[in-house]
Amino acid sequence: MADLMYWEAIRRAHDEEMARDPLVICMGEDIGVAGGTYKATQGLYDKYGPERVIDTPISENGYTGVGIGASFVGVRPIIEIMSVNFAWLAMDQIANSAAKVRYMSGGQLTAPVVIRTPGGTAHQLGAQHSARMEKVFMGIAGLRVVTPSNPKQAYGLIKSGVRCNDPVFINEHELMYNMKGEVPDGEYFHPLEGSEVARHGKDVTLFGYNISVHWCLQAADVLSKQHGIDAEVVDLYALSPLDRAGIAESVSKTHRAVIVEEAEPMVGVGAEVMAIINEECFFELDAAPVRVSAATVPIPFNRTLEKATIPNANDVVKAVLKMFGK
Amino acid sequence: MSQLSTADKKRLLRSMLYARRFEERCYEAYVERKIGGFLHLYPGQEACAHGVLAAAKAGHDYVITGYRDHVHAILCGAPPREVMAELYGKETGSSKGRGGSMHIFDVRYRFMGGYALVGGPFPLAVGIAKGIKMKGGDEISICFLGDAANNQGSFHESLNMAKIWQLPVLFVCENNLYGIGTRIDRSTAVLDQYKRVCGYDMPAKQVDGQDIEVVYQAAQEAVNYVRSGKGPYFLELKTYRYRGHSMSDSNAYRAKEEEQEWARRDPVLILRDRMIKAGDMTQDDYSALDKEIIDEIENGVIKFAEESPEPRVEELEKYVLAENDPYVRGGAK
Ligand SMILES: Cc1ncc(C[n+]2csc(CCOP(=O)(O)OP(=O)(O)O)c2C)c(N)n1
Ligand SMILES: [Mg+2]
Repeated sequence: MADLMYWEAIRRAHDEEMARDPLVICMGEDIGVAGGTYKATQGLYDKYGPERVIDTPISENGYTGVGIGASFVGVRPIIEIMSVNFAWLAMDQIANSAAKVRYMSGGQLTAPVVIRTPGGTAHQLGAQHSARMEKVFMGIAGLRVVTPSNPKQAYGLIKSGVRCNDPVFINEHELMYNMKGEVPDGEYFHPLEGSEVARHGKDVTLFGYNISVHWCLQAADVLSKQHGIDAEVVDLYALSPLDRAGIAESVSKTHRAVIVEEAEPMVGVGAEVMAIINEECFFELDAAPVRVSAATVPIPFNRTLEKATIPNANDVVKAVLKMFGK
Repeated sequence: MSQLSTADKKRLLRSMLYARRFEERCYEAYVERKIGGFLHLYPGQEACAHGVLAAAKAGHDYVITGYRDHVHAILCGAPPREVMAELYGKETGSSKGRGGSMHIFDVRYRFMGGYALVGGPFPLAVGIAKGIKMKGGDEISICFLGDAANNQGSFHESLNMAKIWQLPVLFVCENNLYGIGTRIDRSTAVLDQYKRVCGYDMPAKQVDGQDIEVVYQAAQEAVNYVRSGKGPYFLELKTYRYRGHSMSDSNAYRAKEEEQEWARRDPVLILRDRMIKAGDMTQDDYSALDKEIIDEIENGVIKFAEESPEPRVEELEKYVLAENDPYVRGGAK
């Protein structure tokens, strides 16, 4: 096991897949000569050349469509969108072409592309650079949505995404590229479906994904050390489809659920997980499930307001204590 | 077409130097961590906004642009101290601390905003022009964007609509040769941006964006054309940014020789040297002016931004939706 940073893990996955298959390409703005905004493709331009590491114009819908079209005829593109906020421009091609083509063609055609992009709110990037859009993509039938919470997942989800015959949307995080973690030395394919128990516990389940897994883990630590509450943390790295069985299994054990999301509550991951709990294991519940979500505002520039918008570990602790009547 | 008078030139030199010092002071404040987030600075391109807005009616005509927006806002009339307070995220800022550097708005002066998504303002500018035409005003809509933005579909869609509906919009392309770290010849089929406009049957012209007198002349022609109701116009200004794309840009992708070549064509110094040569000012006058500006920014702008209050957390949700709108809850007559 090597300790890699999240961006290094992503870079390694690109490199291995490109070395293996000459039809694997990557494309995006400033990814080639400049090496990528978050270094995810550093050095690959020199290694694989401009035909396979493609610097695109600022034409998100256009180049995403080019990648999808290439995938129709056997190319395996890894498309980088510099920030998830710009994915709005590519939405037509992602939702109308990639996600629907298998179905509309009665299974004749598929769009095996990987679209990866940082989401999340970083530090004072303003309303148009701070979107959390995972729920938007989760709502699109025909698209797989995954969101790595650590370098191992970041690596293994790209590896699986490139090989899988469906379009796979990978939601990374602006603040996580420099996070370190263990990545297997040999090839590793993280499953595109399922969930992972990041911490075992018996009193309450904290559901997180991507960066919020870390808030949950911090909260679980405080809860156990200071309040004697033993929280389980479930990492929902696959957001679509969601792991219904995994959600039900954990809630059936702890009988309590708190869902922690970086986005606004409306039509979000929390709402969806609550619905699954209702449908799968309502009678196992000892308390009504609770969401910890962002405020429903476009992200403010001011740092104090920005911090007040996004939840943190402390908010998770408070929600759990309230649930326990403490 | 009128020439710039000596008084005009003095005013514009002062304003360009002010813009330069303002942006340099932003840089310092960013390094001191007083300003956070993304920060895109304007040095090198001053003659573009200055020349065009000297020819237009600043504060009367509508202006819209991207994220490199401080100077455009100030030239429309936005008080510099409010722009700076916005960069500091303060309640007294142009956008009440909610927007930040990329989202300066001052609608009092018809500065319709800075937008962070490349290409986003094109259709908005066309829409503003549509509104002007419907209301019968003599304003025009001016859209300042970069060269790389022209690779968005919104560029082509917007030019086409502006033309078929004969709208009063002036597209100003500040061609600084780069979109972040990608040089124009690596992203764009045609290097001269005005040539791309031939498909939309509107006048399109390219001039030197470093010489304010040249920009002013070309802009007068463009503004007059648009204001007279003949429809849209495209003006390309060849320019260069002296700093990195934003503060997080190492700027490693540009050749030293290229940077030096453009440094010799500094828009502030071109005008200064011309005025000194013509006997309109001395080097001492210029140095005194520079000092005066630096003091003004320190005492009138930075101080205001630093001493201004933060927005209150209780007001986090203010401005998300309309307040007390009679049509929201029913019962409106
Ligand atoms: C839709 C969208 N895609 C990508 C970006 C990232 N980005 C910000 S500025 C920029 C380059 C724009 O270059 P240009 O239009 O020439 O303007 P300049 O910065 O040179 O003034 C890019 C790619 C963005 N902000 N929005
Ligand atoms: Mg440019």
